[in-house]
Amino acid sequence: MALGVGSALTIGLILGTVIIVAAMLIWVERRLLSFWQERLGPNRVGPFGLLQVVADMIKIFTKEDWVPPFADRVSFVIAPAIIMTVILLSFAVIPFAPNIGVIESNIGVLFILAMASLGAYSVMLGGLSSDNKYALLGSLRAAAQMVSYEVFMGISLLGVVALSGSFNLRTIVEAQEGMWFVVPQFVGFVIFLIAGVAESHRLPFDIPEAEQEICAGYHTEYSGMKFGMFFVGEYLGLVLVSSLITVLFFGGWMGPGFLPPVVWFALKSGVFIAFFILLRAAIPRPRYDQLMTYGWLFLLPLSLVNLLVTGAVILST
Amino acid sequence: MQIAPIIPPANLSNPVASQVDDALRNHIICLQTTVDGTLTLWVDRTRIKKVLKFLRDESQPRFEMLLDVTGIDERVRVHRAGQPASEFTVVYHLTSFSGHSDVRVKVPLMDADLKLPTVIDLWPSANWYERETWDMFGIEFDGHPNLFRIVLPPTWQGHALRKEHPARATEMEPFSLDDEQEAFEQDALLFNPEQWGMKRHSDTSEFMFLNLGPNHPSVHGAFRIALQLDGEILVDAVPDIGYHHRGAEKMGERQSWHTFIPYTDRIDYLGGVMNNLPYVMAVEKMAGIEVPERAKTIRVMLAEMFRICSHLLFYGTFAQDVGQLSPIFYMFVERERIFNIIESICGARMHPGWFRIGGVAQDLPNGWEVRVKELLDFMPPRLDEYDQMVMNNGIVKRRTQGVGAYSTQQAFDWAVTGPGLRATGLEWDYRKHRPYSGYENFEFDVPIAVNGDCYDRCAVRVEEMRQSLRIIKQCLENMPAGDYKANHPLTTPPRKEKTMQDIETLINHFLSVSWGPVIPPDEATIGIEATKGINSYYLISDGSTTSYRTRIRTPSFAHLQMIPEISRGFMVADLIAIIASIDFVMADVDR
Repeated sequence: MALGVGSALTIGLILGTVIIVAAMLIWVERRLLSFWQERLGPNRVGPFGLLQVVADMIKIFTKEDWVPPFADRVSFVIAPAIIMTVILLSFAVIPFAPNIGVIESNIGVLFILAMASLGAYSVMLGGLSSDNKYALLGSLRAAAQMVSYEVFMGISLLGVVALSGSFNLRTIVEAQEGMWFVVPQFVGFVIFLIAGVAESHRLPFDIPEAEQEICAGYHTEYSGMKFGMFFVGEYLGLVLVSSLITVLFFGGWMGPGFLPPVVWFALKSGVFIAFFILLRAAIPRPRYDQLMTYGWLFLLPLSLVNLLVTGAVILST
Repeated sequence: MQIAPIIPPANLSNPVASQVDDALRNHIICLQTTVDGTLTLWVDRTRIKKVLKFLRDESQPRFEMLLDVTGIDERVRVHRAGQPASEFTVVYHLTSFSGHSDVRVKVPLMDADLKLPTVIDLWPSANWYERETWDMFGIEFDGHPNLFRIVLPPTWQGHALRKEHPARATEMEPFSLDDEQEAFEQDALLFNPEQWGMKRHSDTSEFMFLNLGPNHPSVHGAFRIALQLDGEILVDAVPDIGYHHRGAEKMGERQSWHTFIPYTDRIDYLGGVMNNLPYVMAVEKMAGIEVPERAKTIRVMLAEMFRICSHLLFYGTFAQDVGQLSPIFYMFVERERIFNIIESICGARMHPGWFRIGGVAQDLPNGWEVRVKELLDFMPPRLDEYDQMVMNNGIVKRRTQGVGAYSTQQAFDWAVTGPGLRATGLEWDYRKHRPYSGYENFEFDVPIAVNGDCYDRCAVRVEEMRQSLRIIKQCLENMPAGDYKANHPLTTPPRKEKTMQDIETLINHFLSVSWGPVIPPDEATIGIEATKGINSYYLISDGSTTSYRTRIRTPSFAHLQMIPEISRGFMVADLIAIIASIDFVMADVDR
């Protein structure tokens, strides 16, 4: 079978690569964080500690997969699967290069937003089914945070959609031939970046799992590979948000011809992944209500104004 | 009620005592003189509240703070000349911040009738102190709202600091736990909101009870707070302590004066040799040892290094508890470098146990100046960098400003000392206003803040680190020559140079090393400005090789008691910021 959009080989390769990248990110994040924090990080297993991930995987797969007797068994088991599934499904519409991708969808942007909304169920169900007060607080916070930030995430994207005239991510990339959308849509980019962090609930917006406050939040009761799925799911989310930023605002695979398009895509996404890790190292966590106030009273009006101005500019030219 | 026999006040030359006697006729049974010069009044239990109220409100100077309440089991004490008959004595220790002085008020009680009125209505801080006194001695405080175990488990039998209570596990039956006993212990752990003074419902909603601890990422040790939540808003928060209790005070009655020193290191385990200081100074006071200038300066230098270490750890965890991941790692690097210097001087890092009765264990090593100089060079720029990173960070400010604030008066009521008191705007530092160990010779400022909130408590500590560096610099530049240990027979272990030359020194040496020094019978309280507030040791010697009573007053104990008062109405995340800003160590709370 030839390599191309939609071929079985491409699908397999994308799936495998994405999962391996997400797993390797655990190592990358730990090493980068330690580099920024004046320490060494995992450097013992294999060259530069690269095999740390393998060791962690062996450990997590062989660990007792325990379901607390007081938990609601069905939803407790389903919850971590949801997050993995919806994020992996989202990768289906990402155009990695001119001829690499899973499906061509003319509702790509909407599909991703829909999957992100489904992701909230994972966190909510995980917390509710645990029957643990910390998990409950975590899932309450998660539900509020994810539902709110989805609103601005969606609106911030509409500028890009308006400029390119399409919901198809491939068309959006191609529309950036002359100029990356980050230039006309800088405000949209910033809002999307912030909402993206909030959606993947990483520090500084890791309020649903704020360790110092509510232990591990919604996944307090999880262990073994079920916890592993939440954990890898978070990194998958990170890869997804970085890829989306690349696709929507930084011209996707486009770049000078001395490197193949997919490498440009990987490089650009890599920069954003590193940026998210740096954010984690640098910024403290706002309080839950402060995050909400910030979102509804600042980001929402800002994204609406951005959309309004974009519309006005398009109409006037 | 049996009233203790009234002995006419022998000598009321003390101005405070004569004020009390003028205002309240025949309220003082007698005065006791102690070697530390602290005014000690014996007062009958029926009159104790009047006397305490007078001392708090009307005397000149006013004694604003109830620093400590504790008991003494006097039943086997030999040297009690001049003191009224008493089998159990309750001791109130008051401090004046306007007059820079202390007063001790003692109440004699008989074993058959161990009761006296509570003073919670005068000082809310008395609550935990009275509970502890009941827990340890079985003395009942009439009118106390929740007089039950505080540091010992609810199922404990007996009162641990009574002389008949065993001090070693080998004096007790081997421990066993059968099923019935286990079920009983488990039952005792069940959480019952009513017992903690909490309601299950309000008019409109049902409350959630959240058990924060005893094992939780941000309670800094084994500490439990039972939270009553309405959504994420705190309706009430009741601290539960005692999980770290090791019976340090009981050990003080068991170890010799010398061998108790390493135990003190582990009271505030971040304070290192700072903990040795009040203990050895109290022993030296009773022994009449004059410590050489060099030893004093060495002590100050090391104590200040530990202050920086402790504050650095506070600073890092404070940032971490508001969600900033990195600063703690930078600060640990610094702390590590300071520990390296401490190690090269003391030979150990966190718990050197390096101060001795009469001085310090060894002279400074060759080349110590170079390493201390390094510290003075690398610290200041790093502290400036941390200011940028933490104190000037907008999110940190929003998380901590206006959260958990209290006033100076509240601090007095709850016995808050140290940086927590200075953050409310009161410029009072033990080192400055009641100098000890030669602090009067140093030039340094007492940093204060005005709002008394979480942010200010952190800001005060940050500035204190700079001041500590100033003090260390002066130690480096003006280290006096001379002995590192006093030439006194009770110095332990004694200087060895002359032991082989004359018999007197040889005997002293032999006795001090084999039995330990015999400290003359007396009482002494010495307080210091420790890393977290006022840490004081109240030692009673009965003329033996061990202490008769060792009372350790620690700042963290009082500070935790205030948590409900300052956290009601805030959110869970704010509570974490409040806890972080208090800077406590559970070993320091439970002892």
